[in-house]
Amino acid sequence: MPTSQRHKLMMSLLGWVVAFLVFFPILWMFLTSFKTELDAVSGTPNIFFEPTLENYAAVQERADYFRFAMNSIIISFGSTILALVFAIPAAYAMAFFPSKRTRGTLLWMLSTKMLPPVGVLVPVYLIFRDLQLLDSHLGLVIVFALMNLPIIVWMLFTFFKEVPKDILEAGRMDGASPRQELRFILIPLSVPGIASTGLLSVILAWNEAFWSLNLTTVAAAPLTAFIASFSSPEGLFWAKLSAASTMAIAPILIFGWLSQKQLVRGLTFGAVK
Amino acid sequence: MALFRRETQRRVNTLPLVAPSVGVLLIWMIIPLVMTIWFSLQNYNLIVPTIRGFAGLDNYAYLLDDPALWTAMINTLVLVGSVLAITVVFGTLFAVLLNQDFWGVGAARLFIIAPFFVMPTVSALIWKNMLMHPVNGLFAWITRSLGLPPVDWFADVPMLSVIIIVAWQWIPFATLILLTALQSLDEEQKEAARMDGAGPLSMFYFIILPHLGRSITVVIMIETIFLLTIFAEIFVTTSGGPGLATTNLAFFIYIRALLEFDVGGASAGGVIAIILANIVAIFLVRSVARNLDA
Repeated sequence: MPTSQRHKLMMSLLGWVVAFLVFFPILWMFLTSFKTELDAVSGTPNIFFEPTLENYAAVQERADYFRFAMNSIIISFGSTILALVFAIPAAYAMAFFPSKRTRGTLLWMLSTKMLPPVGVLVPVYLIFRDLQLLDSHLGLVIVFALMNLPIIVWMLFTFFKEVPKDILEAGRMDGASPRQELRFILIPLSVPGIASTGLLSVILAWNEAFWSLNLTTVAAAPLTAFIASFSSPEGLFWAKLSAASTMAIAPILIFGWLSQKQLVRGLTFGAVK
Repeated sequence: MALFRRETQRRVNTLPLVAPSVGVLLIWMIIPLVMTIWFSLQNYNLIVPTIRGFAGLDNYAYLLDDPALWTAMINTLVLVGSVLAITVVFGTLFAVLLNQDFWGVGAARLFIIAPFFVMPTVSALIWKNMLMHPVNGLFAWITRSLGLPPVDWFADVPMLSVIIIVAWQWIPFATLILLTALQSLDEEQKEAARMDGAGPLSMFYFIILPHLGRSITVVIMIETIFLLTIFAEIFVTTSGGPGLATTNLAFFIYIRALLEFDVGGASAGGVIAIILANIVAIFLVRSVARNLDA
């Protein structure tokens, strides 16, 4: 075997051992979700067990799982759409009609992300209480839209910058107003960019736990809160918890895997190419 | 990068396009901030409604006198510092590993970045119940099999346990960013170094590490923002205990506000958290701004 081949074999071995170890907790949870409760809590781990789907059935039967899942979907997609509606015109204006203030505005938007949520928890909680937004879909949709708005504007801005100016110029020659230009030229051209921005926003909203734990109780509680409610009963429901957790993370994991490249850009605000 | 190059073009009134975004963010920032500062100067406890009124700096004095605040601050720094160190070291190593050409490297990368997409409440519960549980957990089985005494993770080493969980979640992020940076490294430069007889180690120290410098700064800054307000992992695993062992600033304020109903005290804590975060933010915004101009 030539050295380069042996090197490749060693690297493959090392790479897969590391990948296995990092992924192991998720794999373990996935396996546990197919065990009986008795197998799940047995102190001796068993890899060879009779797989069962009873946990998934049990989680489905508890009607609440679907309500929580539905809440997650409504809140993460709702907030993403709301944020996009605000962000697309802003990013368009900043990408194609930059002014002296553009740079400062973008950086200021980023700086609002630095405000720690816990620092403003009390007033937001009290405002929500007074506006009856506590434990409501609308409340979390608003909070998550605002939370992700800076990242969304940044990402869209980066994507819009890559659209060739000539195409918009041509539209302008034909007498398109900025509004028409945005609607008929830019948005159709940037569908992939807008989609990956939206995906990132959905992922962030889906996994957000601070606001969802503090601003909801039952009616609008998303999956993060549902899963957290499993933290108290010790030892009894590991298999069911694993099944519920698997269902809670599977869609986002797949989303994340599909959009990993764009995600990096979004999270670094374009600072790393 | 010509991100901000201006061109001559016809004047368009962009205000109606930008104003809504700026407006809502301004409201989202200013109103709660002003209210937090205002509450922090008030006597305002929801269970003692009779005592209201201006308190001056009493809440701050009371808070700064409370040893729990300092414990929480130290815990926050320990948590953030340890997780940063672990994620940067492992992120760099994993990024170098994934930058090699080996069989199935694409799939291995997907597995390594997976923890980042797992919601914090789920990852905290997996680790707490299935891995770190003192009797039924997998780690307990491993130590038992090796004939060692079992470790009751959240009782014996609570902070370390939380650090491990949070680090596991953030290593993928560091890996992804640093991998992206590595892939932009000039092949010719590496080739030249190799021609000059540089071994893998000197290659790492003299070529790769300096190249990663800026990206490591970005990783540190962004992680810091999120790590300063770690909440769900603590909420699910230890509830800040035992005692105050894993209470960070975020959890401390949460206890004050929503469990003790001390709006004034919690707000003062919030102001302190905001000041801390802003010290970090100044550096972050600066480094991002520099990257924009480059």
